[in-house]
Amino acid sequence: MLVEFAMHHAWLVPLIPALSFLIIVFLTRPFEKLTAFLSVSFMAISCFFASLAAYGVFNNHELAEHPLVYNFFNWLSIGIPGANELQINLGVQLDPTSAMMLFMVSFVATFIQLYSVGYMKGDPGFSTFFSYVSLFAASMLLLVISSNLLEMFVAWEGVGLCSYLLIGFYSHKISAREAAKKAFVTCRVADFGLLLGILGLVITFGTLDIMELNDKINNFKEYTSYGTLTLLAVLVFIGPIAKSGQFPLHVWLPDAMEGPTPVSALIHAATMVVAGVYLVARMMFLFDAVPAAMNMVAITGGFTALFAALIAITQTEIKRILAYSTVSQLGYMMLALGVGSLTASMFHMWTHAFFKALMFLAAGSVIHAVHTPNVWKMGGIVKKMPVTSWTFVVGGLAISGIPPFAGFWSKDEILVATMNSGHYVLYAMGAFTAFLTAFYMWRLIFLAFYGKEKPENHPHESPWTMCVPLVVLAVGATVGGFFGMPWNNMWAHWIFFGEPHHAGHVAWGAMISSVALAVAGIYLAYRLYLKDTEKVKARQLAEKYQFWYQLSFNKFYIDEIFLWFNHTVVDGSAKLMYLFDIYVVDGIVNGLGGFARLTGDGLRVLQTGSMQNYALVFFLGVLAVTILMAFTGPSAAGLVLGGVM
Amino acid sequence: MPFDASSLSLITVEILTAALGLAVLVLGVIAPGRGRYGLAGVTVLGLIGITGVAISNWGANGSLISGMYLVDNYAAFWKITFLVSAALVVLGSMRYVDNLGSTQKEYYGILTLATLGMMVMASAGDFITLYMGLELMTISFVILVCLPSTNPRPVEAGIKYILLAGMSSAVLLYGLSLIYGLTGEIKIYEVARAVASGDVSPALILGTVLLVAGLGFKISAVPFHMWSPDVYEGAPTPITAFLAVGSKAASFALVIRIFIGALPGIWQHWALVVAILSAVTIIVGNLVAIPQDNIKRLLAYSSIAQAGYIMVGLVTATEAGVKGIMFYVFLYIFATVGAFTVAGYFYNKTGSDKIKDYAGLSQRSPLMAAVMLVSMLSMAGIPPLAGFVGKFYLFSTIVSDYLWLAFVGLIMSMVSVYYYLRVALVMYRDEPNDPSPIKLTSPVAITLIVTLVATLFIGISPGPLSEVINSAAHSFFIQ
Repeated sequence: MLVEFAMHHAWLVPLIPALSFLIIVFLTRPFEKLTAFLSVSFMAISCFFASLAAYGVFNNHELAEHPLVYNFFNWLSIGIPGANELQINLGVQLDPTSAMMLFMVSFVATFIQLYSVGYMKGDPGFSTFFSYVSLFAASMLLLVISSNLLEMFVAWEGVGLCSYLLIGFYSHKISAREAAKKAFVTCRVADFGLLLGILGLVITFGTLDIMELNDKINNFKEYTSYGTLTLLAVLVFIGPIAKSGQFPLHVWLPDAMEGPTPVSALIHAATMVVAGVYLVARMMFLFDAVPAAMNMVAITGGFTALFAALIAITQTEIKRILAYSTVSQLGYMMLALGVGSLTASMFHMWTHAFFKALMFLAAGSVIHAVHTPNVWKMGGIVKKMPVTSWTFVVGGLAISGIPPFAGFWSKDEILVATMNSGHYVLYAMGAFTAFLTAFYMWRLIFLAFYGKEKPENHPHESPWTMCVPLVVLAVGATVGGFFGMPWNNMWAHWIFFGEPHHAGHVAWGAMISSVALAVAGIYLAYRLYLKDTEKVKARQLAEKYQFWYQLSFNKFYIDEIFLWFNHTVVDGSAKLMYLFDIYVVDGIVNGLGGFARLTGDGLRVLQTGSMQNYALVFFLGVLAVTILMAFTGPSAAGLVLGGVM
Repeated sequence: MPFDASSLSLITVEILTAALGLAVLVLGVIAPGRGRYGLAGVTVLGLIGITGVAISNWGANGSLISGMYLVDNYAAFWKITFLVSAALVVLGSMRYVDNLGSTQKEYYGILTLATLGMMVMASAGDFITLYMGLELMTISFVILVCLPSTNPRPVEAGIKYILLAGMSSAVLLYGLSLIYGLTGEIKIYEVARAVASGDVSPALILGTVLLVAGLGFKISAVPFHMWSPDVYEGAPTPITAFLAVGSKAASFALVIRIFIGALPGIWQHWALVVAILSAVTIIVGNLVAIPQDNIKRLLAYSSIAQAGYIMVGLVTATEAGVKGIMFYVFLYIFATVGAFTVAGYFYNKTGSDKIKDYAGLSQRSPLMAAVMLVSMLSMAGIPPLAGFVGKFYLFSTIVSDYLWLAFVGLIMSMVSVYYYLRVALVMYRDEPNDPSPIKLTSPVAITLIVTLVATLFIGISPGPLSEVINSAAHSFFIQ
């Protein structure tokens, strides 16, 4: 009963946080405790609905092939009903993929909001923070259930806006403002590509509905050429490149860590940044129809994974390391999509949400306690903050790919899928990335949580509102992968593109080698950063390979390249454009304006106020219309003669 | 067919409106002194009640007196439009009318009767009925325009209006009689059949020309628009608002009945002429609005330009065009009433209609400035406001066949942003000469908020209104 209701009213899931946003903004903003209670409990109710809907979906295997699609609001119709009408609705598309996302997003959001109650305590913008986070949750959940591209785009922009607001939350800091601007501009530029792609799709196929597009693109030859479809796929993919931090538009994501830590965990690790992956997954039929686009997705993803991991190994700020690790993991997800495994990609998205949110929250807890983001200035925290430290270690085990933690199963699935699809170079890159991941993550853990305590730090464990979410997410990061173990692959049974993967086939070779790589990475980190208490080796290595160290430490100078490009190419052409603007464009505009004004003045003279003149103009008008009609109609000549004679 | 009393229920709305008008007229005379201040309330409540009746009668279908009077969703939608605009105008003008002195007792009654005239125009099934409705409306308006009879300017405007309106009525009647003479029919849909089956004679074309001129006067299409800036400026501001929305809306209801109802058979003869007139109206209205320094004249020219946009919907004579017109007129009510209510209230408080006196209005009354801004941006067609969707519907009907007209509309919309934003600039950027805040009375505040919310809502969620109008426009074509 209730399950049925939740499934057919899935739009309630985004609506509830939207309501809490409105209530907070208009009513409860001055009352911080009430605001926090309201926000968290609304989110929990929304999560309850989401779980019911997800439960319903995962009890009906039919939905895996034929999603439940319905509209809940008729927004706009263009054209004549029945003829060339384009109906734009707000709709819901429920299938295992969106149900999984719906549950994951609302679940993580609930616990991160709970965490924020402790984290944001005493902040002057406490209520504002909760209103933004509620608005974000509403937009993100709408994005997840969207059944058409325009609805998705609106939600896509909504999450972008919230991301902007929350990155710049500490707006008194210049760096936060700059980071917010950078995130917004980078994403806007890419969204323009996405928008063009969506417009192209609606022009070509005459519909925005994802399921209808699916049907039509399956035999796209009736509508368009292969080349056009490739172009459309590339345009659509530009949006996810920025949103999901793929190379080269990943630059905004590490800077986005200027926002409060719960935001980094919720938006810039678990949910919003995977929106790009989700969009590609939703539009998988489009990419699948054009192999070139699939390769582009795979290569972008594989390269991003390796590239970001290479940067992460030398970073010193805890949140930046995690940010580059997020970029790298998003690269994995794209890679999985590019090699055609929706299953592996969504699986990794699911496990990643738990362990990455967990690590961000734990990192926030640490920063909260020691007041520095630099891992070299931490150390030995594990004794004073056991919950934070041990949950972080669970996250570290999960992301490194140590069985039986969640990340192991999903990463393994991606690597196996890459190998099976025949992309051996990408497989090698992915495997090497796994090694790097284990290394940089344990470098962080050994430096920050173990080793000698620093006398200037006085860490203490965080309040329960912050610890409970850590523990819950740690449980998720431990058991979340059991859904997709290769010998009992429930995940592949539900979430797949095309044919479901065959369960039961276990690629022992890939599994063992990836565990070996992970252990090697952890061991290397142990040798360099824990056993060697003075870190002599690490320093020596950095000096010996100074060039490479600097390259990685400075993030391959991507920001500098963009800056240079901006200064020389963009500013240079802007100067030219400026000249063009003031002489040509302004000339035309001012000329037109002047012309319009003069004409207006001229016509105004006719308005004499004298009625005889008005009557005269009226009859001249009648005469003019008569002449016009006589000369323009289809049988004009005959009429003129008839009129004369 | 003999007169059937039971079919009277079809015209409940008209009967109630007539009763309300007469009752308010009588009350105005017999009510003692201060009692008259309640008239506005009675009128507004009455109009809202009748609107409710009109909405509940939605879907009623039939005709009276053997087709002289038609009741369908098309007419019902227009009636709701007129009632809503009348209610808004009365609500927004309560204070204004108090200042008119002793003449206010006629104001509400005549205004209601003008509304009745509009309803008759929308429902007219033959030439006689439509002419009766037209004259009922016009003569009521003449009285309303020169109500402040001690002031020479409204009287001048009223005299101009009645003389020029009389002239246009003569032209219209001449056109109607030519068509009657040729077809021998007087009922709109009979005429349509006769025109479609018969030859196209020069006299028929001449009749059409005269109809274009006579109705062009009512919707103030260029070159038949000369009266409107003078009358708009001279008339009391609420009446100007009602002229700009009610009279124009009713005239468009009539134009659609005549041109798409009675004369679709010779569509290819008048389509291009209407397209050209529409283009000229858009161009002249927008260009002449630029140099205006009086807010009422600026709005008058802007409303001429708006009429030009609405005429675009006629060109193709299709259901989509009719829908576009109805949609645009409906949203145009809110933008126009909003802008004129601000202008009227501002005049009431400061005695000025000069744009430069609007300096710093955003500080003196944020709501008034916001309503003026949103209304103007909506008229300019800036998304997400209602005007954008309206223009979208109108212009999407002609892009395939009359692309040049769409371009004229687009370019001139851009030009219009110039003079609209000039007002916005004055309101928001300039420092006020007199920074004292302007207090709003609650009826005016309600009117302003309603127009603001409606303009925003229709723009953001046009779906529901668009569906209602689909059904209204559809009923027009199944006669």
